[in-house]
Amino acid sequence: MHFKGKAHKFGNDVNTDYIISGKYKFKTLDMKELSRHVMEDLDPEFYGKVTAGDFIVGGTNFGCGSSREQAPLAIKYADVGAVLAKSFARIFYRNAINTGLPVVECDTDRIDQGDELAVDLSAGVIENKTKGITLPIKPLPGVMIKILNDGGLAAHFRKFGGFNFG
Amino acid sequence: MGQTTIEKILTNHCGKEARANEIVVARVDYIMGQDGTAPLAINAFNEMAGQEVFDAAKVAFVIDHSAPSPNEGVSALHKLMREFSADKRFRLYDIGEGVCHQLIPESGEVGPGSLVIGADSHTCTYGALNAFSTGVGSTDLAGGLISGQMWFKVPETIKFVCNGTLPKGVFSKDLILYLIGDVTADGATYMAAEYTGEAITSLSQEARFTIANMAIEMGAKAGLMEADDKTFAWLRRFTNREFTPVTADEDAVYAEVREYDVSKLEPQVAKPHQVDHVAPLSEVVGKPVHQAVLGTCTNGRLEDLRIAAGILSGRKIHPGLRLIVAPASRRVLLDAMAEGIIQTLVEAGAALVTAGCGPCVGTHNGIPSDGETVISTANRNFKGRMGNSNAEIYLASPATVAASAVTGKFTDPREFIK
Repeated sequence: MHFKGKAHKFGNDVNTDYIISGKYKFKTLDMKELSRHVMEDLDPEFYGKVTAGDFIVGGTNFGCGSSREQAPLAIKYADVGAVLAKSFARIFYRNAINTGLPVVECDTDRIDQGDELAVDLSAGVIENKTKGITLPIKPLPGVMIKILNDGGLAAHFRKFGGFNFG
Repeated sequence: MGQTTIEKILTNHCGKEARANEIVVARVDYIMGQDGTAPLAINAFNEMAGQEVFDAAKVAFVIDHSAPSPNEGVSALHKLMREFSADKRFRLYDIGEGVCHQLIPESGEVGPGSLVIGADSHTCTYGALNAFSTGVGSTDLAGGLISGQMWFKVPETIKFVCNGTLPKGVFSKDLILYLIGDVTADGATYMAAEYTGEAITSLSQEARFTIANMAIEMGAKAGLMEADDKTFAWLRRFTNREFTPVTADEDAVYAEVREYDVSKLEPQVAKPHQVDHVAPLSEVVGKPVHQAVLGTCTNGRLEDLRIAAGILSGRKIHPGLRLIVAPASRRVLLDAMAEGIIQTLVEAGAALVTAGCGPCVGTHNGIPSDGETVISTANRNFKGRMGNSNAEIYLASPATVAASAVTGKFTDPREFIK
């Protein structure tokens, strides 16, 4: 998978309440509608600033807090290409892979707001075109690569009828 | 080489010896979803071409987060949950029955050695019963509903050894806030926590739930305690089922062992807008409070209401301050009524809301206004958490919340506890 776009930079500990607030997520299963409120408590203008394929770039512990799967879905439906962070909270990380939102662990200190990035997941490398540098990607666990390659956990279950990592 | 508690529980559920950092597919003993997560899980179940749930006796949905429904959007999702659970013939706890993390322990289905997944991050609460219980998302939940299994990376464990006993007026909430402040919000990410020591064993079972509940606030996958006589006495109120407790080996390998002496601990608060922004309560004493919240899966149990009633008995809440009380379950509410606790709280001026999540998650039951300060017994104080990003939320013990409700400002509960 290959993505190109610009970086939208956030800090450490971006929790899933900030990604999509509880006041919206209980009302609907329309993820496109929810996506209009993505990151609203941190940047009310965020949805309007995203061009398809852009990246959310966080610090440590991205996606901490609530287990709401609406968080990766709202990001995905806002047409964000991938989330890059130094580290992810466990439940968000699983939810993102299960629903097909690419999540990438890398040194995001070397990415600034607005930097133009090219992310090549298969090659495991990020090119920061603005800074003229490349950043290595920490590889996903094998189980997660399998789930991603199958098209998410639902597709994995449709294919195998259960967990099949053999 | 010995095993940690979580390695042993996973070993008992995956058919091979589980060691930290391995990937295992484990059998699940119980599965829970709530109204914020179950509707998406139903979608995923259908997308997976699921037909029936693996065992209807081992599944429950709970309508607690936005209950009773405050609008037609929520009503439609509640209806979806009711229809799905009726069709698949498993238990649905409807509005007013309580918070999922009180109801599942009260069900008697979960105990020492159990492995539980719940589509709610605070599922780690049942670690206080010596269960490995952890939060997952909706798609993982659907996979569990169909297969009765879940894949896990076996976590490493941080052991918290808490020595001494808590001083009067200082509670398990103060202790877990202190620990979270010390290790930070991602200090235990991808890991399990084991809580041991006299400060833990001397606590009541109800007080222990508060500590396990907040393991996720340090990033942990689970927060485990040993089972003892108090654990079994608590469980016997709800079930005759036999459970086999699991204890870590003497020579278990830990990622880290952290030791604490709690005997001089003071009341703590978590300041806006992160749970690890922890400070001694004394730092904010005197600051005005507009709304006080007593309840939630962290501190809505009978003992919590009893502690608050002890402070509010014969007193009135401060004029202009609102006190909202949400009992953790219908059983807690009934027990508190029988004991006169509800009478005391309401006479003091509390607004009693439906047993359930109360105003914690910002959907209903008391959304603060711009510029207001809330003191709450809940587990999260994120900006906007309670439905208004221009309000500030502080987290504290039920005693600190009750004392502050009396004075209208942050107040040390030890002034009221003789």
